[in-house]
Amino acid sequence: MSESVHTVATLPTERQAGCPFDPPAELLDARRHGPISRCTHPGGKPGWLITGYDLVRSVLADPRFSSRKELMNVVDFELPPAPPGEFLLMDDPQHRRYRQPLAGKFTVRRMRLLTERIEQITADCLDAMEKTGPPTDLVTAFAKPIPTIVICELLGVPYEDRGSFQEQIDTFMGGATSDEELIAAYTATQEYLARLVAAKRANPTDDVLSELTDSDLTDEELKGISLILLAAGFDTTANMLSLGTFALLQNPGQLAALRADPAITDGAVEELLRYLSVAKTFMRTALEDVEVGGQTIEAGTTVVLSYNTANRDPERFADPHVLDLSRQDTGGHLAFSHGIHQCLGQQLARVEMRVAFRALLDRFPTLRLAVPAEEVGLRPETADIYGVKSLPVTWDREGA
Amino acid sequence: MSAAQVSVDRGRCIGAGMCALTAPEVFDQDEDDGRVLLLQTEPTAAHRAAARMAAGVCPSGAITLAEPESDGS
Repeated sequence: MSESVHTVATLPTERQAGCPFDPPAELLDARRHGPISRCTHPGGKPGWLITGYDLVRSVLADPRFSSRKELMNVVDFELPPAPPGEFLLMDDPQHRRYRQPLAGKFTVRRMRLLTERIEQITADCLDAMEKTGPPTDLVTAFAKPIPTIVICELLGVPYEDRGSFQEQIDTFMGGATSDEELIAAYTATQEYLARLVAAKRANPTDDVLSELTDSDLTDEELKGISLILLAAGFDTTANMLSLGTFALLQNPGQLAALRADPAITDGAVEELLRYLSVAKTFMRTALEDVEVGGQTIEAGTTVVLSYNTANRDPERFADPHVLDLSRQDTGGHLAFSHGIHQCLGQQLARVEMRVAFRALLDRFPTLRLAVPAEEVGLRPETADIYGVKSLPVTWDREGA
Repeated sequence: MSAAQVSVDRGRCIGAGMCALTAPEVFDQDEDDGRVLLLQTEPTAAHRAAARMAAGVCPSGAITLAEPESDGS
């Protein structure tokens, strides 16, 4: 009975020092006990933690589990429903109403057409790195600007607004040093997006946001959608690029294999996605009593789905803790989630990573860390997206 | 010996594009809404494994692959 259920302490638990790429030891330990454990949410409410691949996947595909923000039973006050347009925290049919018009704008084909433009943006970043370095911080010189410029171009943020806009997003996506600063940056971003939506409606240009003004979505909804696209499309890819580079530099054999054979780039990106799972966890709330892995999750209880332990599940992936860029079993990894909320921008993220990792390695054959690995600052587990704070790198100048 | 039959449920499809990425000879995406378009209802032997993989990774369960029990492939 309940005595046999493994229990973990209050989430989140921190990672083990010296293992920056591995999920917290306590979560890996939970997976060893079984795919489902009891846990306490950060706000003190009791809940469930699912760490096994098969169970995480089945909950994500189960309509008896909700994504609605107001149903998340983790804190002792009521959460408001998601604002208009923020469909990540909604169920169907509301979710579908927003996702459907967007899906056609992020197809495999349409994203591949951006390859050349992304190559150019990447080359510009690498040129700037060469001019000012070595050394440089790979996060500010490379990992952040590439996805930011791409998503700004997709949304149609005018060039002259980019600098101040990027700063605002940066501040509210984790760079704020105080609550006041955070709220100010968030408000400024909201106001900017409201102006942008109005401008696109008045004078449509060749971008996703202008195209969406042609749908039945209101300005308020378009503002919410833009915010979601920015938040989801920028911090995630930025952290994959910087943490991914860190992981490659710490695995010289794999790095050499990737340098030697461009043909493995696509597979290497999938393996980095699996291995790093920077979007670590998501939550769902049971709409009715649901039996999961032999346990009954009661209606109204919130479960934490641990993508990073699921992607390290030994029952699904052979030698799961080994970074193996030529691995053949990455198909079905959960780095972009599963179910109706699976990442809308995943095909864009793939193109960005394939282009950017390749170009970085080709440009700097001697790229290496500029500090000891243990001095690389990591984000705390309380951050929604895992990654490095900065990544000081260096290289040999040509002819030096 | 009959071939494997693929069917898609566009009502379930969310347009994630995993099928077009995994088995581009068998699946495509609608330009307007990103939803699945079936290019081959009976994938050739060369594309059958990819079609099976695509059905397995489809996030919304929109792809069904009916395979004859004993076609030895």
